Amino acid sequence: MSAESTAIPVPVLPVSAACKTVGSVAVADPLISARDVNVYYGEKRAIMDVNIDIARNQVLAMIGPSGCGKSTFLRCLNRMNDTIEGARVTGLISMEGSDIYDKRKDVVQLRARIGMVFQKPNPFPKTIYENVAYGPRIHGLAADRVELDEIVTTSLRRAGLWDEVKDRLNNPGTGLSGGQQQRLCIARTIAVNPEVILMDEPCSALDPIATARIEDLIDELRASYAIVIVTHSMQQAARVSQRTAYFHLGDLIEVGETDRIFTNPRHKLTEDYITGRFG
Amino acid sequence: MSSRTAADTRLLVEKSLRRRAWAERRFRAYGLGAVLLGVVFVFFLFASIISKGYTAFLQARVTLDIFYDPAAIDPEGTRQAETLAMANYSALVRAALREKFPEIEGNARRRALYALVSSSAAFELQHRVQADPSLLGQRQRLSFLAAANVDQLLKGKIDRRLPEANRVLTDQQIACADKLVNDGQLKLRFNSAFFTGGDSREPEQAGVWGAVVGSMYTLAVTLLLSFPIGVAAAIYLEEFAPRNRWTDLIEVNINNLAAVPSIVFGLLGLAMFLNFFGMPRSAPLVGGFVLTLLTLPTIIIASRAALKAVPPSIREAAFGMGASRLQMVGHHVLPLAMPGILTGTIIGMARALGETAPLLMIGMVAFIVNVPRSLADPATVLPVQIYLWADSSERAFLERTSAAIIVLLAFLIVMNAAAVILRNRFERRW
Ligand SMILES: Nc1ncnc2c1ncn2[C@@H]1O[C@H](COP(=O)(O)OP(=O)(O)OP(=O)(O)O)[C@@H](O)[C@H]1O
Ligand SMILES: [Mg+2]
Repeated sequence: MSAESTAIPVPVLPVSAACKTVGSVAVADPLISARDVNVYYGEKRAIMDVNIDIARNQVLAMIGPSGCGKSTFLRCLNRMNDTIEGARVTGLISMEGSDIYDKRKDVVQLRARIGMVFQKPNPFPKTIYENVAYGPRIHGLAADRVELDEIVTTSLRRAGLWDEVKDRLNNPGTGLSGGQQQRLCIARTIAVNPEVILMDEPCSALDPIATARIEDLIDELRASYAIVIVTHSMQQAARVSQRTAYFHLGDLIEVGETDRIFTNPRHKLTEDYITGRFG
Repeated sequence: MSSRTAADTRLLVEKSLRRRAWAERRFRAYGLGAVLLGVVFVFFLFASIISKGYTAFLQARVTLDIFYDPAAIDPEGTRQAETLAMANYSALVRAALREKFPEIEGNARRRALYALVSSSAAFELQHRVQADPSLLGQRQRLSFLAAANVDQLLKGKIDRRLPEANRVLTDQQIACADKLVNDGQLKLRFNSAFFTGGDSREPEQAGVWGAVVGSMYTLAVTLLLSFPIGVAAAIYLEEFAPRNRWTDLIEVNINNLAAVPSIVFGLLGLAMFLNFFGMPRSAPLVGGFVLTLLTLPTIIIASRAALKAVPPSIREAAFGMGASRLQMVGHHVLPLAMPGILTGTIIGMARALGETAPLLMIGMVAFIVNVPRSLADPATVLPVQIYLWADSSERAFLERTSAAIIVLLAFLIVMNAAAVILRNRFERRW
């Protein structure tokens, strides 16, 4: 479901008064709302009372020093923390008004709606074709081989990889270059037609040219998906995102329009970080 | 520290460099020595077994002119099956021998002559006549197994210079054998019976096929049980089970089981499968059960290690695409772990193939002539057959022991080759 087809906008969830985050946490008609989210790894509290909304057709960048909990929060959104032994999530995360941690909800369904691209390109050790066809296969999205071919082709096209691989769809995906592998992973993710794409430092293993291609791609994909990207590069955040969230030691310090955050940060910590005074 | 000049540092590094290079060379020499020692031992092992065993692949056979004398077999001419079954066929063999050596007279001397041909000759004639009674009254030139001692004589294993009393063959017997050899009627031929027959009290008739089939049945049961159970257990423990005190306990127990002496599993099998469930004694089915207990820990441990070695990024990728846990394992992790799992399985199966002790406990040590036809038939296995033959006093069994070891090794090599081929088909990079 995209924003156009939703008749009634999703109501904004109230944010508790205790929330210390600076800036506009909530957005109108949010796709995902997180309220007072905490994550514990065993006894250790990795993120604390995070409140944030994710808007449709927009790129949200998450920045912050290493170990501040960006990946942890990102993994909450598609419940990848479920697979980590000892991880526990509290608080509310709702997608279009329904709790994604609801016990009756199948996590498989959620992950088909929220795709993820990882820091290190991790194509399956199968052919390029099989990599992209895997998601549609397990979710039963294609009725026959023709339809599957169609999905694979469009996904590779949209990921900007088609011209490079169209002659070798049956070669192993692991034989591609790092940048191509990452675009293959993006193609694999969009093949199941998700609503949100989560990206955890998708360019950190890539050279500047491959990075630029992925950034262009993100900008194009924004038309159809909500995108959340974790990055260590302030320039990248400034280039690709419309909203930016700054994390610090497990706290969400500041959220706002990207332009505003980079030109006029309100919190001292945000300012220190983006001006390079903080590691 | 900072007072050291660059030249000093270089000198120090150079000194340590020489030491390191020397240590490295020394280590290489040790390694090479170890490998050479291993190769030499393997070479000696193979050389000694093959040199002792290859003669068993040849067997002396005597060619005789047989007259199917109706007077000796069916004097009344009824041709009834019962008469044909009860008749004294060795008389035909004896007559043929007397015909060949008319000069030998006297009961004792004749008995010595008859002893040159294996007792299996009479059975062979019986089979022929029963299959085709019209043979009666005809003549046929047939080849029979020679007695084990004649076989040994032809293979040069009986010393002719020994005084007659110390030999298993008399002077007269040796003379007769020589005459048969000269006339082209006694020759070493390829011993196909060794590869098609079961065990026998007579060394010249003893074959290894019964034990090979027994081993195949037993290992088939073992593989069919231990592979799926072991892999399923490993997958459950590695991918599904929560890490807690119970899974720790199970893990410790599996590791301990891998170290339990095999005879203990034999005792367990005896108590459980034979005494409690009343399964048949000496059966490959029960042997397979017992060997399954033995190989399971090996397969589980190897499979878990193989599953652990699959990079977590593959699991993340599968989960991220919305695969369920079972799909994640079945589509991605298991295919990648398969080469390692197969290696573990083959190690377990090789161990099972060579096991003797636990099978002795469930009665697979019995003397069994027939080649087993089913999983419940009494059977023995190759290592037990080797043990039985090695234990027997007759000289002719000696070469058969070595020959059976060669067959066992060949079995092992075929099994390993199959596993390597399978593994290469699964091998993929990531
Ligand atoms: N599986 C885990 N078990 C225990 N603690 C963890 C686990 N994963 C992360 N943590 C801890 O949680 C905190 C947040 O980690 P997280 O990976 O979210 O940081 P990050 O912001 O993504 O850092 P980076 O920029 O280096 O990727 C860190 O202190 C980390 O040590
Ligand atoms: Mg991270």
